[in-house]
Amino acid sequence: MVKENSDNWLLRVRGLTKIYGEPISNSIRYTGPKFGTNQCPETDAIVACAEIDFDLNHGEVLGLVGESGSGKSTIVQLLYFDQEATSGDVKYRGFERGDTNLLSVSNQKKRYIRNHLMGMVYQNPRDGLNFKFSAGGNIAEKLLMAGEFHVGRIRERASSLLERTEVPIPRMDNVPSSFSGGMQQRVQISKAIANNPPLLFLDEVTSGLDVSVQAKVLDLIRTLQRQLGISMIVVSHDLSVIRMLTDRTMVLKNGRIVEAGLTDQILQDPQHEYTQLLVSSLL
Amino acid sequence: MSQFLEVTGLRKKFLMHILNDKNIDALEDINFSMEEGEIIGLTGKSGSGKSSLMKCIYGTYLVNEGSIWYESDTFGRIDLVAASEHEILQIRRNEMTYCSQFLQVIPRVPALEVVGEQLILDGVGHDEAIETAKTFLDRLSLPQELWDAYPSTFSGGEQQRINVVQAIISSPRFLLIDEPTASLDVKTKDVVIEMILELKRNGTSVILITHDEYTLEKLADRQLKLVDGKLQELATA
Repeated sequence: MVKENSDNWLLRVRGLTKIYGEPISNSIRYTGPKFGTNQCPETDAIVACAEIDFDLNHGEVLGLVGESGSGKSTIVQLLYFDQEATSGDVKYRGFERGDTNLLSVSNQKKRYIRNHLMGMVYQNPRDGLNFKFSAGGNIAEKLLMAGEFHVGRIRERASSLLERTEVPIPRMDNVPSSFSGGMQQRVQISKAIANNPPLLFLDEVTSGLDVSVQAKVLDLIRTLQRQLGISMIVVSHDLSVIRMLTDRTMVLKNGRIVEAGLTDQILQDPQHEYTQLLVSSLL
Repeated sequence: MSQFLEVTGLRKKFLMHILNDKNIDALEDINFSMEEGEIIGLTGKSGSGKSSLMKCIYGTYLVNEGSIWYESDTFGRIDLVAASEHEILQIRRNEMTYCSQFLQVIPRVPALEVVGEQLILDGVGHDEAIETAKTFLDRLSLPQELWDAYPSTFSGGEQQRINVVQAIISSPRFLLIDEPTASLDVKTKDVVIEMILELKRNGTSVILITHDEYTLEKLADRQLKLVDGKLQELATA
């Protein structure tokens, strides 16, 4: 039995902040849930998220929940370098033993981290897949970026991934636009895990899907998580998705964390006014 | 010798912001201790605080005052009230299991997979886990044609059996179990009781909530009765 301690973190985030526009010192002071806005009253700068602190442990699944505009997607986009953070400190054990702030490394290194050490699944398959390439070609693209150039091995890996995510192998050479939404999402998941990333971000991955397909995708994500031990950050406005997938949850409002805790605690004994409202609105 | 579990001065209240900051007192000044291998029966009327107490121990409810000292395998003696979220998760993974009255599973996952999952997490191979799952479901006479079906579509009694098996299949060290026999027929009830007694013989400590006198008498070494959120008396079974 491994004794766990505070030193078992994979990702350590401190003070992560993203401000659009003209940030001044008051931008953070006068925004947030206390003021019910993320717009700076003086410069109209938008504080998408501010002062975000958390640790993600090895093999852990963390949920980010909150309404549209709460900053939950921004957080994963900053961590995946889709957007540039305004300030903050992000350490990742998979990269240079966790000694380096990822936000301050060169673009070349950021690309390396994205291609080799992280995966992202977007809400819209068009953001994660190249619709001009076939399903297999998309996976090959990710593998090429991660430094795998052997065509036979790429082909083999692509079919094993598609098999695992239950995409029919005969359709491997078809383009994603010929697939159903659920199948596109499963191809996107295959692509995201192709490089065996220790860390995977999932941004509203089931939001655009039919209820009947949602359950299948959720089960796939959970199975992959358990089999491969991937650490995940799951962004969703849907509390049922959060309940089924995550160990811990952070609740966001106006760009700030208003409450964080064990997922069952957040759902059954919410402390913050906003979380109580959110949970009591659950259908 | 230190106790397996020692609850002192525990207080739990709910502050409902959305109901104009209404305060609901759930538990007040709870003190009791438990030895390893014991089965404690929690009794009391609906709303007396039984499930709340169980959820405080499991970490689903945050405690307002007091402490819950637990002799953990993983960390040694630890106050569950002050433990970090990661510590609680680790204890849940390794030694403490909570079985609620209600089944909560991902839709469209077959019964055998649901029930075998904990074993797979413990490192048992998939096929072996499924075989063990079959023996458990068979003992509880869950019809074979349901083994590949989805538990979210099952009847109350069938769901309950899935729930119970899910909780006990991997022989947890500390089991918190809420109404395990409520909607079961007499024969199945006896099987569940026997399964819990088997766990006890293997050293599991159990806190049990039940309204069923028969289950209580068969299982509990000791009873704790809650009245309006307070512990009333200690009776020996």
